[in-house]
Amino acid sequence: MLSIRSSRAEHRRKNMGEKLLEIKNLSVRYTADKVVSRAVNQVNLSIDKGEVLGLVGETGAGKTTTALSILGLLPKYTSTVEGEIIFDGENLKGASEKKLRSIRGSRISMIFQDPMTSLNPVFRVGSQIADVIRFHNRNISHHEINQRVDNILSLVGIPPSRKNEYAHQFSGGMKQRVMIAIAIACNPDLLIADEPTTALDVTIQAQVIKMMRGLQKEMGSSVMLITHDLGIVANFCDKVAIMYAGEIVEYGTLEDVFDKSRPHHPYTNGLFNSIPNITERTKRLTPINGLTPHPSELPDGCKFHPRCPKGSEYCQSGDNPSKYINGTHMIQCHQFDKGGAIL
Amino acid sequence: MSEKVLLECKNLKKYFETPKGMLHAVDDVSFKIGEGKTLGVVGESGCGKSTLGRTILRLLPSTDGKIIFDGKDITDIKPKDMTALRRQMQIIFQDPFSSLDPKMTVYQIIEEPLCIHKVFKNKQERTERVAELMEIVGLDRRYFNTYPHELDGGRRQRIGIARALALNPKFIVCDEPVSALDVSIQAQILNLMMNLKDKLGLTYIFITHDLSVVKHISDDILVLYLGKMVEMTSSDSLFEDPLHPYTKALLSAIPIPDISHKGKEAEIMKGEVTSPIDPPEGCRFAARCPKATERCFKEMPEFIEVKEKHFVACHLYN
Repeated sequence: MLSIRSSRAEHRRKNMGEKLLEIKNLSVRYTADKVVSRAVNQVNLSIDKGEVLGLVGETGAGKTTTALSILGLLPKYTSTVEGEIIFDGENLKGASEKKLRSIRGSRISMIFQDPMTSLNPVFRVGSQIADVIRFHNRNISHHEINQRVDNILSLVGIPPSRKNEYAHQFSGGMKQRVMIAIAIACNPDLLIADEPTTALDVTIQAQVIKMMRGLQKEMGSSVMLITHDLGIVANFCDKVAIMYAGEIVEYGTLEDVFDKSRPHHPYTNGLFNSIPNITERTKRLTPINGLTPHPSELPDGCKFHPRCPKGSEYCQSGDNPSKYINGTHMIQCHQFDKGGAIL
Repeated sequence: MSEKVLLECKNLKKYFETPKGMLHAVDDVSFKIGEGKTLGVVGESGCGKSTLGRTILRLLPSTDGKIIFDGKDITDIKPKDMTALRRQMQIIFQDPFSSLDPKMTVYQIIEEPLCIHKVFKNKQERTERVAELMEIVGLDRRYFNTYPHELDGGRRQRIGIARALALNPKFIVCDEPVSALDVSIQAQILNLMMNLKDKLGLTYIFITHDLSVVKHISDDILVLYLGKMVEMTSSDSLFEDPLHPYTKALLSAIPIPDISHKGKEAEIMKGEVTSPIDPPEGCRFAARCPKATERCFKEMPEFIEVKEKHFVACHLYN
């Protein structure tokens, strides 16, 4: 693999383990037709330099909203954001548009879920990559931009000769590689990948994940990987946050969350049991009953109690479950305090 | 096989003419499905899975070969007779967002097949049947007059299933019915489909790209690559002892949610599915195959029985 230029990567490697992003008590509400949807509720997260965080949850859990709020990309008039988003010592919440624009694509960038609709169909892919470089580096020559585009394309495994083609000439996996090229064009400190492989075949997914892992190691960037696939998390991440109904219900290192002998949130257990296991023979799967509540109709008490196999009366009460903390491992569930169901 | 064969395909072919040449979507596919059994059809996108399903249902005319359903050759059946046959053969589509008419209510969608086939004389009986169907698939009666856009993916897929069941079919083609759903909902729908199969004695063709899904629901599995049959055997022996390099690659590409696997670099298949337009002679997988020899590029491997009821098309076993 080509080496990535820049002292930034060097610098990042030196400062591994320092806090890069810290989200404190983040809440996001959407208001439409006087209906208030509580998409994200009191989320606390942090990502260290060079670390990969997996944000896991189902549709409507608030994963993408969390990511968009970091970049200040939420709709201005229909959403309210509360809390703090501290990126490299600065609070991005309420930062000016000018400030945010200088950060987006340069220090924090995002890979979107659907490569089919995220690329511009009427511009050549090379020029879409060049755009990002030009915007953040006003003084560099045309020639240098071209060189960088070639360099980045070969990094993501696309022959630079294809830079003059349009998005429709690429397959799904190749389009996602172009998206990744755009995202890493300015060598960001934080890469947010929003379900980068959901639209791809398993074989292509394996290729893309392998490539992203290689790039992450090389660049020393931090990654926030949004996904619903625990298999990908096991392969790629250092830390895991399980999100349900806008809250983080379990948070910890990969070992904390994946070690079956440790205590877990009933939702985490439910997620693991829902995955068809290819190494064991079982006749029926064990799904989580019921459906994810709509963010405008969140239940009182623990938001998971209507679907929880361990739910007790106590869980329906008005209080939010307390947090059980054991070292790096956090679980938000009543079963760990006195009044709740016993383990 | 001692059991009754419900559906048989003999050398089924479906080609599409394109400006660039002949597109071989389904090429020489033969199999039998016994009554009450499930055949899983697996492959990457563009390998002809959906085309196979649609050709069997005669939603697309076949280019060559025979389709025998319940002892009758339906390959060249007249459209009128086909309409009657549709009562026994149904399909559940992949995308519960675009396969339901947005202008129809849940009730109307499920009622439509009953109206077309004039199953009941009056509206009251139809309403009862719709209510019964909604109960079977686990949809609450209060959704009678809602529109699909008001419901989530899991509920929408339940509507699609209820619609397919409306006419009491014997045979259903399930075209990636769970791939658009969340894991927890996916497990609910898979369990529902397995329960329905046992209760109503259905026969399924279950099309999917996800091998882990197909393991649970299928009796036999057929792996397709660029329209060609690559491997066919029982679900158990496919997972215990995959023979074809393509099947092996598909299996190793599944991310396993277990950290003891972390760091172990699975063998990742290079490249992407090549074009199905005028495919070259020889094995179609040869270009991506880690074990390809010269012979693979020249000669098409035959689909042969290597072990008991375990068929594979690969020169490694011939």
